[in-house]
This record gives sequence, structure tokens and C-alpha cells, in this order.
Amino acid sequence: MGPLKFSRKNLGIPYALFMLVFVLFPLVLIVFYAFTDANGHFTISNFTDFFSRSSNLYVLLISFALAVLTTAICLIIAYPVAYILAKSGAKTRNVYLLLFILPMWINFVLRTAAMKELLFALDSIGIYNVTDWYFVNTVIGMVYDYLPFTILPIYTVLIKIDKNVMEASTDLGANGFQTFVRTTLPLSVPGIISAVTMVLLPSTTSYVISDTLGNSKVTIIGKLIENQFNIGTADSWHTGSAISLILLFFIFGTMLLTGKFTENSNTRGSGLW
Amino acid sequence: MVKKILQSTYLWLILIFLYAPVVLLVVYSFNASTEIGSWSKEWNFSLYKMLFTDAKILNAIKNTIFLALSSSAIATILGTIGAIGMYYSKPKTFRIFNTITQIPIVNAEIVTAISLALVCSMLLFPRTYASLLIAHVVLTFPFVVTSVLPKLKQMDPNLYEAGLDLGASPLKALFTITIPEISPGIASGFMIAITLSLDDYIITNFTKPSTIDTISTYAYNAYAKNSANTSIPALRALSAIIFAVIIISVVAVNLSANKKVREREGK
Repeated sequence: MGPLKFSRKNLGIPYALFMLVFVLFPLVLIVFYAFTDANGHFTISNFTDFFSRSSNLYVLLISFALAVLTTAICLIIAYPVAYILAKSGAKTRNVYLLLFILPMWINFVLRTAAMKELLFALDSIGIYNVTDWYFVNTVIGMVYDYLPFTILPIYTVLIKIDKNVMEASTDLGANGFQTFVRTTLPLSVPGIISAVTMVLLPSTTSYVISDTLGNSKVTIIGKLIENQFNIGTADSWHTGSAISLILLFFIFGTMLLTGKFTENSNTRGSGLW
Repeated sequence: MVKKILQSTYLWLILIFLYAPVVLLVVYSFNASTEIGSWSKEWNFSLYKMLFTDAKILNAIKNTIFLALSSSAIATILGTIGAIGMYYSKPKTFRIFNTITQIPIVNAEIVTAISLALVCSMLLFPRTYASLLIAHVVLTFPFVVTSVLPKLKQMDPNLYEAGLDLGASPLKALFTITIPEISPGIASGFMIAITLSLDDYIITNFTKPSTIDTISTYAYNAYAKNSANTSIPALRALSAIIFAVIIISVVAVNLSANKKVREREGK
């Protein structure tokens, strides 16, 4: 075997190098920063400080409330949409599906800004209050931005359900509601879980929406991390890394629980193409 | 019948919610008023004129497109060789590769962003176009891998072997057999990469030099940081143009897809 002999699996080598330098090494750095102080000495004070500051705990609470509220509203709106779409004929279904996906292609920041402009317009005709309802603004913005991402995974699961299962249920004497609760809903749980994971994380970390619509009164975990890296005091980067590590712990914990790693599901972009 | 009407009413209510903000911007983009909520009697293209004379926004548009194309091209090459490399490795190696590949997908964008910013500062690597480019490759390459892998699984493994038996070198067999077979996966990976790159704000913000702006960072600074920003009306025109481009390309893609289906059915 000469060194120049080409083999397909050798293509993995440059790929592995890239991931080592730009995926794994950066994460190691976060761990390193999280457990050191500005002088590079080992410490756990970054963590203890974080949990002892009440403003930080408030941020956790707000993030949690926003995430749960957004996810719940998205699911309540999206499930019927996905259900109706899955039941319609192929042609109507495809047209509607396209209509629901289309807004996802507009730049995320501009889309959020458009919602801000709409809320201001509603404010100017007196049926909304942009300045006081900053929390509501943020929830509306998040639901608006993440709704298509909730519809798609539920729809994908619903469309694959074997029609015979529903028919069998009806044949065995169940009415429409019973069939839905006992067969369709349980069978669509994987879609619901993947929809939840798709909304839960960005709604606690993607601070573009809360910044644009929250009148700088809504701080979520993602914003808290960003702040640490912007103030630039000696140990703020270490604090920011510690918060990121806590976040990472939760993310990968949930992912291992839901088995996201193994099933190779492609989140954000997949539905688009 | 009543059920049908109720169902489509529901769908249209949600669609109105999804489209109202953008449609409002499109309508206002033709109004001379620079403030939403106050109508001007004049309907003209003044906002578009503002857009096309605003050098900063034009630059941001150029940067966004160039960055999306170049980072997606690199991510597509990287993701494709990665997918091929890991697919033909031992099962254990494959699992390790696949798990690491998923990290940027499941990770929060802010964590990826600061981890890359830490690399820049640790290695004393100044934030340049290069760091921005690499960051976008990190953001997008896993999606290329996840869209190429299924195509490799579907491929008949005998084709490659037949190529070797007929005398092709492994490299030649790769380019003439494997790559064409998995090209739909490569193409859709490239498209996903472009969409993600065009959309990104957080990673861009943490890895870009202060001199470079993309549409996302420019719009964020205009809308989130300073509500009295003078370029907001011009951004309205930009949103309208983006919306129009999307509609036109979606219609065009669907028409050509329908045409293909009809041609196939005709045969």
C-alpha cells in the first residue's frame, strides 16, 4: 500500500481534521474558560457566582417562561394546520404547504423587523400597545418566526401514518374523536417532540427577537451570554463560558434523552428543500 | 361541507398572521411616508431610490450574497468528502464521525458563536473575512453531510465495484460513479447551506470584523439597537424586493418541476 493509494475512507481524514479544529477544540476552550479565572487559575466561582446573582436567576425564569409559552402556542396552532394539510388532497396540500414554508425564506432579522413594524402600525391605530406589552411582543415575534418550523415536523409524521390504522379504529367502533385520541395523536408524538426541540432551544437563546421586540426589557439566556462577551471585563468571558457550559449541559442532556443524535434528523433547513 | 369551510378558514387565518407583516412592508415600500402608521398621499418609488443610493446597505447585500455562495461552496465540498469518508469507514468510526457532525446542528447558535470567537482570541487570529467564512462553513457543513448520507445509503454499492473491475482508478470511479449518483443530495445540501448562511445573525456577529456588515447584522443594528435609524425605510424596500425574489423563484421552480413531471408522464 503506497501512501498515494486513494481510498474512499481516507476522505474522512481532512474532514476529521476540520472538525477537530473548528468543532471540538472550540468546545474544549469553552470548558477551559468556564473553569478558570482571568489569570488562568482553576476555579468554580464562575458557576457559583452565576447562581448566586438573583438577576441571573430572573433571566433563567424569563427564558423558561418564554420558551414554554412560545412552544405551547406554536403546538396549539400548528397541530391543526398539520392535521388539516395531511388530510387534504395531494394538490391542495402541496400548495398550502408551500404557502406555509415560503415566509421561512425571508431573512430572519428582516422578518422579525417586519413584525415590529406591524405591531407599531397596530399601535398607531390604537388597538395594540407596543411600549408596555414588551413580553407579549416577544411571544408574538417568536410564534411568528418559529411556527413554520413546528408545522413541518408534525405534518411529516402525520402524512406517513398508515390510513388503515385509522380505518381499523373506525371499524372497531371508535368515533372520530376516539380515533384521533387513541391512534393519530399517539402516532404523531415523534413529530411533536421534534417540533418542540426545534422551538425550545432558539426561544431561549436566539436573542434577535427579544432584542427587536422586547424594548431591551426582555433578557434571555442567549442575550446574557452575549452581554458577557460584549462588556469585556477581565473575567466576563469566563462567566460567559460558564453560562454556555450550563446551557450545553442542558442541550446535550435533552438530545441524549430524545435520541436526537442517533436518528440523524436534520433540523432547521431540511423542510425547505 | 361546513367542516371544509371551517378548515380552510383556519388555514387562511394562520396564513394571514404569517403574511401580514411582510405584506404591510411591501405596501408601505411604495408609499412616500418614511414612517409606518402614517400614510402619505404620494405613492412612488422614493424608498427604493433610498435603498439603491445607500452604499452601506448595498455593501451589506453584496457581502451577504458573496459570503453565502463562498461558504456554501466550501461547506458542500467539505460535507461531501466527509459523508463519503465516514460512510465507507468502520461502523464505530462512522458513529463517532456522525455524532461530532451533529454537534453544530443541535448546539445553540450563541454557544457555537462564542466558541469560535474564543478560538479567534486564543490563537490571536484577528476577526477577518476568513474567520467569518470559516464560521459559516461550521454553521452549514453538517447539513450537507445529513443530506448526502441518505443518498450514499440508497446507492447500489455494486456500481462503484463494477467501475473498479472495468479498470477505473478509485479516484476516477469516485468522480464518474459515486458523485453523479449522490448529486441530488449534494445539490440540496448546497441549497440548505445557502439558506442558513443568508439567515444567520448570531454567528456572523461574533466572528465578523467590525468593517463588514451583512443584511442580518445591518438590519439588527437598525431595528434592535436604534429605533430612530434613518435606513429603516430603505430596509423596507429591501424586504419587499427579497419577498418578490422568493415568490418568483418558488413559482419558477414549481413550474419547471411540473413541466418535468408532465414530460415524464408523456413518455
